[in-house]
Amino acid sequence: MPYDYQPFPYVAPPGLTAPEPRHQVVIVGAGPIGLAMALDLAGRGVPSVVLDDNNVVSVGSRAICWSKRSLEILDRLGLGDRMVEKGVTWKVGRTFHRDKEVFNFNLQPEDGHKMPAFINLQQYYVEQFLVEAAQDNPLVDLRFKNKVVAVDRQPDHAFVDIETPDGEYSLETDYVLACDGARSPVRHMLGLDFDGELFEERFLIADIEMEADFPSQRWFWFEPTFHPGQSALLHKQPDNIYRIDLQLGWDADPEVEKQPDIVIPRIEKVVGHRDFRLDWVSVYTFQCRRLENFVHGRVIFVGDSAHVVSPFGARGGNGGLQDVDNLGWKLAAVLNDQAPGTLLDSYGRERAFGADENITHSTRATRFMTPGDGVERLFRDQVLALAAKAPFARAWVNSGRLSRPCIYPMEAPDNAQLPDITRPGAVASDAPQGNGWLLHSIGADMTVLGIGCDAPDIKGALGVTVEVNDHVRDRYLGDCAAAIYLIRPDHIIAGRWITPVERPATQARIDTVLKGAP
Amino acid sequence: MSLTTTPNLTDHDGFYEELLAAHRDLTPDQSAALNAQLIMILANHIGDRAALSEAIALAKS
Ligand SMILES: Cc1cc2nc3c(=O)[nH]c(=O)nc-3n(C[C@H](O)[C@H](O)[C@H](O)COP(=O)(O)OP(=O)(O)OC[C@H]3O[C@@H](n4cnc5c(N)ncnc54)[C@H](O)[C@@H]3O)c2cc1C
Repeated sequence: MPYDYQPFPYVAPPGLTAPEPRHQVVIVGAGPIGLAMALDLAGRGVPSVVLDDNNVVSVGSRAICWSKRSLEILDRLGLGDRMVEKGVTWKVGRTFHRDKEVFNFNLQPEDGHKMPAFINLQQYYVEQFLVEAAQDNPLVDLRFKNKVVAVDRQPDHAFVDIETPDGEYSLETDYVLACDGARSPVRHMLGLDFDGELFEERFLIADIEMEADFPSQRWFWFEPTFHPGQSALLHKQPDNIYRIDLQLGWDADPEVEKQPDIVIPRIEKVVGHRDFRLDWVSVYTFQCRRLENFVHGRVIFVGDSAHVVSPFGARGGNGGLQDVDNLGWKLAAVLNDQAPGTLLDSYGRERAFGADENITHSTRATRFMTPGDGVERLFRDQVLALAAKAPFARAWVNSGRLSRPCIYPMEAPDNAQLPDITRPGAVASDAPQGNGWLLHSIGADMTVLGIGCDAPDIKGALGVTVEVNDHVRDRYLGDCAAAIYLIRPDHIIAGRWITPVERPATQARIDTVLKGAP
Repeated sequence: MSLTTTPNLTDHDGFYEELLAAHRDLTPDQSAALNAQLIMILANHIGDRAALSEAIALAKS
């Protein structure tokens, strides 16, 4: 059954009739990133106004693959269970060359995590769930058909000019969060530009509806016989909707390729029959680029406005949610005078690092999939040929390395005897705790975990004494008997010690983290 | 320096001959393909990331 696009109501904003009091946060864009940003801030007691020029959710599936980390973030916003319930859970990706399987991967080989490795869920559902949560939240003031046309940056605030069906008005705000997508009008208003690479290749992206029993796996083909010389992807979504991505080559004409009488025969070759309905089709070219700086005084870029990647690896939306995760607690701490403004610079530094990792992976995958003539194609084709006869070469076959959170570089207290996966800079790994989960015990401020010992009592931090089980031991202790972990509100490990640890060490680390030091 | 840059084979001339023999009767495209596969096979065998970077730098110098 196709998605029923319901327009959200436009309500004339108060600013049209009388100037509004200065706001703390104005968010431009109600895509997944702007909406998640507003909910994250609301969870920290910070109200925001969210402005969107449109009044419907994403047209077409667009982002479909949501990572474990995104689900953990959305879980904190109260949407994790709803996402998993509606989504298609998967963890195995299979890669074919011509008609032979050359490679497969399992993204979550271990259990003991609340969230699965990946789910597939159309971006329109994600946006719908976020909009509903935002509409229910008294701290989120969501305004559809409110188009931002100008941003005026001042040293300690900003003005935003807005067009509505009833005329123009202005808002004054402490911070503007530009979540206005890849084409970001705010970026252009500030005269900023992206650095990086554009790819010439064109891809046809389509949603089809059909009754089928394809397994919940990601299927990727290099040079399949049904689509010679190009690549293809087939992915299952809820509601019997399947997503098909077909590489078209650089000289394809997007307007021609979008015509149903061209698209339908192509898809027929992929699925082997004509018993499907075309739901959405679009032609994209991709880029892997970012802004040099994400923080421009009182205007901060978040999500696709700050960085864009090709979708092979699902690093766009997932990367953007990690921006939200990183910025929310920092902005709340600065607005509440719990931290100096320098903490916001650490958002720019850390997320630029994350964006670079995403860009590197996405660029490599795109290059492998769409090699240039000459030596690029030579090596790509020979890796595929070699992979068919020598298993070791399969590691080079790159159909996208799927989104994982980066590990931030940190000069944090650490002890090398403790497990590598929970080193400072990494996301705290989830683990079962009684009937619940470790990540649920992490608080809105700093959290100090006592593992194998009581959590010390530290000012400004929530102490949590963790129940030690096999998963906790593997992930947090290794061969050590007891350890203390300092966890930021975004679940990032900011330091760890083997006990006994002096209280001042943990306290001092909290102070440096709040200043935005690495 | 992890790349071996001193003679390290017992039968240089024999290997050279075998390598050329493998390319005999190949078109330039087939030769290029053979070389590409050989590079990937040998890179995997060497398995030392730093040595591979040094090898690329040496070849480019
Ligand atoms: C084909 C395709 C497949 C993808 N697959 C995946 C995937 O599997 N996984 C994944 O994680 N990501 C994927 N992505 C990327 C993902 O769609 C984006 O990263 C994500 O949409 C970014 O969210 P955003 O909120 O930053 O921007 P957007 O979703 O673009 O939202 C921006 C919002 O700002 C609004 N806006 C723009 N200008 C103004 C203005 N002047 N005033 C007010 N509002 C304005 C727009 O109306 C829009 O609602 C894919 C993208 C594409 C195109």
